Amino acid sequence: MLAQLLTFAWSAPSLDYHALAPEIIVAATIVVLILLDAFTGERSRWASSSVAGIGLLLALIPIATLAYDGFDRVMFGGGFVVDTYALVLQALFVVAGYVVILLSTNYIAEGDYHEGEYYTLLLSSVLGMMVMASARDLISIFIALELVSIPAYMLAAWRKRDQKSNEAGLKYYLMGVFASAILLYGMSLIFGITGSTLLVVIGAELGSYVSSQPIITLGIAFVLIGFAFKVSAVPFHQWAPDTYEGAPTPVTSFLAVASKAAGFVAILNVLFIGFYGRHDVWEPLMWALAALSMTVGNLIALRQTNVVRMLAYSGIAQAGYILAPLAVAGATLGTGGEALRSIVVYLLIYAGMNLGAFAVVLAVARKTRSAEIKSFGGLFSYAPVLTVCMTIFLFSLAGIPPAAGWFAKLSIFSSLASAGTTAGYVLAVIVGLNSVIAFGYYGRLIRVMWMDEAPDGDRTPIKVPASLSFALIITVAVTLVWGVFPGALTHFTDQVTLFSLLR
Amino acid sequence: MKDFLNSWGISLMVFGPLVGALAMLVVPKAKEQFHKVVALAASLVVGFIGILLMTNFDYDAGGRLQFVVDKAWIPIINSRYIVGIDGISLPMIALTLLIVPLCIIYSWNHFPEPKNPKAFLILILILQTGMLGSFVAQDLILFFVFFEVVLLPMYFMIGVWGGEKRQYASLKFFLYTLFGSALMIVAFLSLYFLSDKIPVNGEMMHSFDMRLLPELATGISTGAALWIFGGMFMGFGIKVPMFPFHTWLPDAHTQAPTVGSVILAAVLLKLGTYGFIRIAIPILPGAAEKWAPFIGLLAVIGIIYGALCCLAQTDMKRLIAFSSVSHMGFVMLGIATLTTFGFQAAIFGMVAHGLITGMLFFVAGSTKERYHTLDISRLGGMLKSMPHMGWILGFSVMASLGLPGLAGFWGEFPAILSAYEPGVGLNVAFFRVLMVIAAVGTVLAASYLLWMYQRVGFGVPSKEFEDDPHLHDVTFTEWLAWTPMLILIVVLGFVPNIIFKVTDGAVSHTIAIVNGLGG
Repeated sequence: MLAQLLTFAWSAPSLDYHALAPEIIVAATIVVLILLDAFTGERSRWASSSVAGIGLLLALIPIATLAYDGFDRVMFGGGFVVDTYALVLQALFVVAGYVVILLSTNYIAEGDYHEGEYYTLLLSSVLGMMVMASARDLISIFIALELVSIPAYMLAAWRKRDQKSNEAGLKYYLMGVFASAILLYGMSLIFGITGSTLLVVIGAELGSYVSSQPIITLGIAFVLIGFAFKVSAVPFHQWAPDTYEGAPTPVTSFLAVASKAAGFVAILNVLFIGFYGRHDVWEPLMWALAALSMTVGNLIALRQTNVVRMLAYSGIAQAGYILAPLAVAGATLGTGGEALRSIVVYLLIYAGMNLGAFAVVLAVARKTRSAEIKSFGGLFSYAPVLTVCMTIFLFSLAGIPPAAGWFAKLSIFSSLASAGTTAGYVLAVIVGLNSVIAFGYYGRLIRVMWMDEAPDGDRTPIKVPASLSFALIITVAVTLVWGVFPGALTHFTDQVTLFSLLR
Repeated sequence: MKDFLNSWGISLMVFGPLVGALAMLVVPKAKEQFHKVVALAASLVVGFIGILLMTNFDYDAGGRLQFVVDKAWIPIINSRYIVGIDGISLPMIALTLLIVPLCIIYSWNHFPEPKNPKAFLILILILQTGMLGSFVAQDLILFFVFFEVVLLPMYFMIGVWGGEKRQYASLKFFLYTLFGSALMIVAFLSLYFLSDKIPVNGEMMHSFDMRLLPELATGISTGAALWIFGGMFMGFGIKVPMFPFHTWLPDAHTQAPTVGSVILAAVLLKLGTYGFIRIAIPILPGAAEKWAPFIGLLAVIGIIYGALCCLAQTDMKRLIAFSSVSHMGFVMLGIATLTTFGFQAAIFGMVAHGLITGMLFFVAGSTKERYHTLDISRLGGMLKSMPHMGWILGFSVMASLGLPGLAGFWGEFPAILSAYEPGVGLNVAFFRVLMVIAAVGTVLAASYLLWMYQRVGFGVPSKEFEDDPHLHDVTFTEWLAWTPMLILIVVLGFVPNIIFKVTDGAVSHTIAIVNGLGG
């Protein structure tokens, strides 16, 4: 009787272990890290960063084999999908996580922070991002989002004797929880209307409501606003600069690149599968968010005196560029595809160039113990290689060839122009104007590095540790290769699709 | 040989300087001699490849693109690596190939503060790649990339090696150009999406191919075409620079190191005018016809305004910079007529302005080095203290004001004349008025140039510089760098056909496109 009830109520889902292998590997690495921390002495703690790094690299293997296989795998009743889109983004998260580990290695070891816990939390967050890339259900998206965020709250407050770090963590936590609440409220409204948490079902249901129902509008708006907090789009950005400045710099790079990308992935998932039919609701919202984010972000960035804060505001502006294609994505399926691909391209390139910029900031701070723009003065005279690297990243962020950023921006322009609507062209021109404003502060940092004198005349060269150099080599290579041969990137991204209506 | 040139010639020429720059990158900066030799060698090798290309160029078919290479580059947007040379790009390439080695020779012992020849020469070589690439690119995205690549080294040259207000000038230069190119890329993309599709590997795709776009773009509505042309106008017009977007130029020129000014004047400004001739007008002839009177008007305002500004300048370099605004106005006037004659004049004007103004900036640079000032009121008696330099300055001034028999004449005079008979569909009376005003500009040009020369060259040296030991006459490296330019100014003045013949076929081809599809 009991056995009968059990089989009736619960049948084990069929699992495709190949498709889950990347997540399983990262989860196993997390377990190993915890055990390592629990059962070894202080002296072997250094191993945790290596273990974490190797775990992430191992996770790349099944991602590659899955990509080579090339067919979409659907599990859990459609709630979990492994397709090209998911794989490209998982690869992004894994590699970004790896670079962040490289950036953290010396910082965390020398600062005598809790290494075992640090890498455990970092990998947990990465695991959440990987799940996010595959999640096609409101519940799993929410769980993925929390798995990304909760470790990040703790990481932001990692320097626990530093008030700024505490402020960073607390602010991030409060804003994050607030955003989650809004998000959940929106999700509950959507669930109430459509009766399902599966995005595919939601897509079909919402698409059939032609009339404008305030509840749908409210639900969609709340869900998107919840995510807008995550990606720090204006006007939901206030937490970002303080959190970025206060958090340990490797964590900041993680928040600015990987965590933000996870937020965008969530937006893409719900927008293109769940809400695609109701573009009349979200297009204007996205237009406004994009235009506001880039303009406000760039204008405030002009006034910053701290490099990390400047990068934070530049990140807000970049979020605006990334959101821009969504403002026209609903016109036709073709435009939608363009928008989706351009955003994926932007996320990949953004990760490369922004992580690189943070790597240089970390390297310079090892000597100057400061992230003030002034402290970069005369960098060219005593650290020419770092200066050239930083210049490449800044030019890339500004969108100037041959650094990869130009292609990212071109993709954004291209998807905006492909819509052929006035709204699209106007937004494209706004993006163009913002690129000019943005060079104001990128150019200022370049100027300080190349043309100013070292602030205290101290010209002792900077010793860059091996892991940091390796991170720089990866990011510079990626930035230049993708800039000169964008085909190497689009080869992967042009197969990315994500539509519910396309079946 | 011919086969090799056909498939590799242009790519070798364009990326040759980069190879030199990479070699220099790995050698420590203390080995200055090595860097100088490698940089010069790279630019000479590239020049040699260029000469090979030019001797193998089929001048009877100047209207046809030659040495074309067409390879996949960014398949997803069907942007291709397409390069080629025709009669319009050839003179520009020749100019670039000439100016760069001369600049390196001139720099040999003249590196501006803070020295560092390694970085300076690497930047010049990157600059050369960018300039050559822009002139050979036949794909809009490829062109855009090279067009932007040019910005970076120039930004650093002005910002690091420039004068006192270098930081302000370099940023202004960068922001203006960036603003233009941002609008330009939006225009390129709207053009891409609005033009017809072509089959690519069995799939219908849009195209960035400049060779095909004139035909593909015929279906674009007039309104959209006007906007797209407007975007390109901003991109190219700021680079030229046209009034009222010229204000970056005097600052950039005044603050840039000598070699930077020379390259800026000789080649960089031409990227703008070249863009009009190569891209904007042939692809959107209908819109060009609507925009032409406006362009012509701005060009003439530029001529007069630039000349009047010259009269008010107290700084020699700034004066030459404003004279650039005025002279580029003549080039733009020639372009605005949309006639074969006007285009020919414009291209000749571009080359002539490159040589002459480049020469003037060289002399200004050497003057500054000796006098440590360019304040015209403090200079004087150059013919007495440094006779050779004085004569060279006089010669360049004469060439610049358009004396017949020197190169400047053939840029200016036909451009004015071409406005007498503007292209099909343009308002004849309006252009004739422009012609008359432009002619007044030549008088102004003579007056500000001669007035400057009188104050600098004639008279006796002021007390301050009476027996200043720094005032030595033209040095060996200066002679080496200047002689080819001086000779060319005379040769082109006497035998202008050298250039007219090269450009003739290509220009007729372009104008045929304009007339065939426009109106």
